[in-house]
Amino acid sequence: MIAVALWSVAVLLALAPAGVVLSTVPRGPIILYGGCLMATSALCVTALSDLLYVPHLTQSAILPIGLPWLGAHFRLDALSAFFLVVVNLGGVAASLFALGYGRHEESPGRVLPFYPAYLAAMNVVVLANDAFSFLVAWEFMSLTSWAMVVSHHREAENVRAGYVYLLMASFGTLTLLLAFGLLASGAGYDFDAIRASHPSAALTGMAAILALLGAGSKAGLVPLHAWLPLAHPAAPSHVSGLMSGVMTKVAVYGFVRIVFDLLPEPMWWWSMVVLLVGGPTSTLGVLYALMQRDIKRVLAYSTIENIGIIFTGLGLALAFKAEGLDWVAALAFTAAMLHVFNHALFKSLLFFGAGAVLGATGERDMEKLGGLIHRMPKTAVAVLVGCVAISALPPFNGFVSEWLTFQAILLSPQLSSWGLKLVIPAVGGLLALAAAFAAACFVKLYGVSFLGRPRSDAAASAHETDRFSLSAMLMLAAFCLVAGILPGLFIDALAPVSKNMVGNVMPHQVGLQWLTIVPIAKSRSSYNGLLVFVFVALCGTAAASAIHRFASDRLRRAPAWDCGYPDPNPTIQYSASSFSQPIRRVFGSVIFAAREIGEMPPPSSPLPARFRIELRDLIWDELYAPIAIVIGFATERINILQFLSIRRYLTLVFVALIVLLLVVAL
Amino acid sequence: MSSLQFDIAHLFAGSLVLASFMMLYQDRLYALLNVYALHAGVLALSVAWQAYVQQAPHLYVTALIALVFKAIIIPVALHRIIKRLGIHREIENVIGVGLTMMAGIGLVALSMVVMLRVTPGADALAREDLAFALSVVLLGLLIMVTRRNAVSQVVGFMSLENGLVLAATGAKGMPLVVEISVAFSVLIAFIVIGIFLFRIRERFDSVDVQALDRFRGERR
Repeated sequence: MIAVALWSVAVLLALAPAGVVLSTVPRGPIILYGGCLMATSALCVTALSDLLYVPHLTQSAILPIGLPWLGAHFRLDALSAFFLVVVNLGGVAASLFALGYGRHEESPGRVLPFYPAYLAAMNVVVLANDAFSFLVAWEFMSLTSWAMVVSHHREAENVRAGYVYLLMASFGTLTLLLAFGLLASGAGYDFDAIRASHPSAALTGMAAILALLGAGSKAGLVPLHAWLPLAHPAAPSHVSGLMSGVMTKVAVYGFVRIVFDLLPEPMWWWSMVVLLVGGPTSTLGVLYALMQRDIKRVLAYSTIENIGIIFTGLGLALAFKAEGLDWVAALAFTAAMLHVFNHALFKSLLFFGAGAVLGATGERDMEKLGGLIHRMPKTAVAVLVGCVAISALPPFNGFVSEWLTFQAILLSPQLSSWGLKLVIPAVGGLLALAAAFAAACFVKLYGVSFLGRPRSDAAASAHETDRFSLSAMLMLAAFCLVAGILPGLFIDALAPVSKNMVGNVMPHQVGLQWLTIVPIAKSRSSYNGLLVFVFVALCGTAAASAIHRFASDRLRRAPAWDCGYPDPNPTIQYSASSFSQPIRRVFGSVIFAAREIGEMPPPSSPLPARFRIELRDLIWDELYAPIAIVIGFATERINILQFLSIRRYLTLVFVALIVLLLVVAL
Repeated sequence: MSSLQFDIAHLFAGSLVLASFMMLYQDRLYALLNVYALHAGVLALSVAWQAYVQQAPHLYVTALIALVFKAIIIPVALHRIIKRLGIHREIENVIGVGLTMMAGIGLVALSMVVMLRVTPGADALAREDLAFALSVVLLGLLIMVTRRNAVSQVVGFMSLENGLVLAATGAKGMPLVVEISVAFSVLIAFIVIGIFLFRIRERFDSVDVQALDRFRGERR
């Protein structure tokens, strides 16, 4: 089956140059996105059938490309198959969405050639079985996505986003390169050889930290997240969905592949580092999200939160694996993988929803939206499902994976290390806080943009989006519901992945009565998505019919109460910043140095009073800005070297030569 | 190889280093060119001797190229350029002659130490040859670095190239094609630099490279 996968990747790669031609013909985008849809469907079906029917079969292939003495090694095992499903499910949805959405693209020549190449690169990262192919594909993935981030390059903000993204992507690749360099020192670049080698403890520790830095910078772990909320919203919406929903998962894959697979048994302090990064990432990410007004930026920051949850799960898995409690490690690892899958679903869905809103109104600012539920009812339903799922409310899928993560956290007293015993409950507290904030954040997003009255003419004249976009969103919404009410199927499908990576599996779920899921044993705790769904559906229907029965005929439409003001302007509605004000006052004043500034005009002046909110990104100001200053200072000093005379250049070369010869001689 | 053959090869290579030292303390252009001609002549002799010892007839071609181009045509041409341009015939050194000579001695010692250390397995002639060749290369670089005059920088570059040829002939089995291509590259470098000299002269009435620096507003 790996042959099918590689051929599909080849088709995607062949579509990339075709995109140059197709961007000039009228129906070109449809052909291109249709081609991508077919290729990713083929990949998705292949990987899914591998995962379900032959999960213990490891297939490999070597192609004579790449380094001459190495070739390009590819391998399809359970982990790769699972991530292929995630990547290509996202790819299918994005291509379907783009069939409709891509028609509005003003400069298709800047997106079409890179889109299939980007999909191909993500697939190759997941399939690669040697460090060289992995890094080349990784960098290719960064570059093609960068090209799409700067596709609307006339906006200065996008160019800056592209610049920061390029810097951070280079940093990530550099650290991964160093990690592989350390691992390959005794074995070579082939992953099979690295697996078989026995590097020293210090070396594996360094490689694990470097892998965390490299994968974390791509996934958006705090404090390496700075590029993500700039770059993800800047791309066209279907690409934003792919970057947030899928590319961050490819980064998670890179981390899992290196730390769980290539490195030997983990040490407990790795998990400490991962947990101490993952927990704060989740809370900070969602706090940032709460402060934003731009829909796509809210979604990008919420990606950081979810990456924090995933890495917390992985950290827990590492901790339990290091202590030999591999049955709990299997629970934590499965929870993390399930959240990978779930987040790919609902984050793509929400970005597509944001794209549909953007296409209908031309606005990304929530303060200019409102009342869209009347104008875009189907989009509103799909986005509502996404919002409920990402807020981790049952019966949708987000709840299942977060609940499983908490089940693993509750087992932390079984650990013997006191450091972990103290840290894990604290991280659990952070996760709980993040879950509550996420709910607040998405209530705000949905309430302000879809409910209420339109705050601008653009929002008032919005219209429902096209049927391709709708079908992509509704497909993802359906998946969210299915994964929420039948989580047992998904947990069982993940069993071979968990078996390969942590050496144990969660209890078998399918076949338990009423499709219940049990994390450890029936006597401890269990969750039944189906029952919750039936209960919610029954209660909802009962409430709706009761209201309809008693209240529908008493409905009358009247002007909204205007608090006594004569001119009810839509802008006096409850706004996004009003919604987040309590949280901003409690947390933001410390974390974002938030200040509210009210400027009253002098008496008798006709000028309006003004109210401003000032937020500072302390991580940017305290971490990135000093680094930029130091680098700027150093380059200014070194810049003198550019303007020397020939004789001085010669002298430099000469002195360097002498120094090297002295090193050889002494 | 008999010890007499070895000694004579050694003598020629040593003379080349000696000629490099002579170039180091010349403070007149004509004298520098004459010593350069001598340098190239010694190189031709050394290469010819290697050809005889190794019984490699193609090395005679190399020797001939060295003799005709480097010992005769290039010095004569540079003489004519200097005369036509009316170049100021004194060479300004950046650092004093004494210090330059001391640095040169240090460089020769360094190249001996390096070469004898890194080539313990090679045969004696090749080792000595490589050590001398590296000295000649380093001394050529030293000439380029310590002179302000463009002509003397050209001469330093060409003596450096002589060192490369010496190294190449010492190591057995270097194909003729490589030598010829090296020789031609030097010829082209000579032509380019010659034109460059005319251009500098036209513009600044001097071939002192400091004029270029002044033109660029270089900080001193």
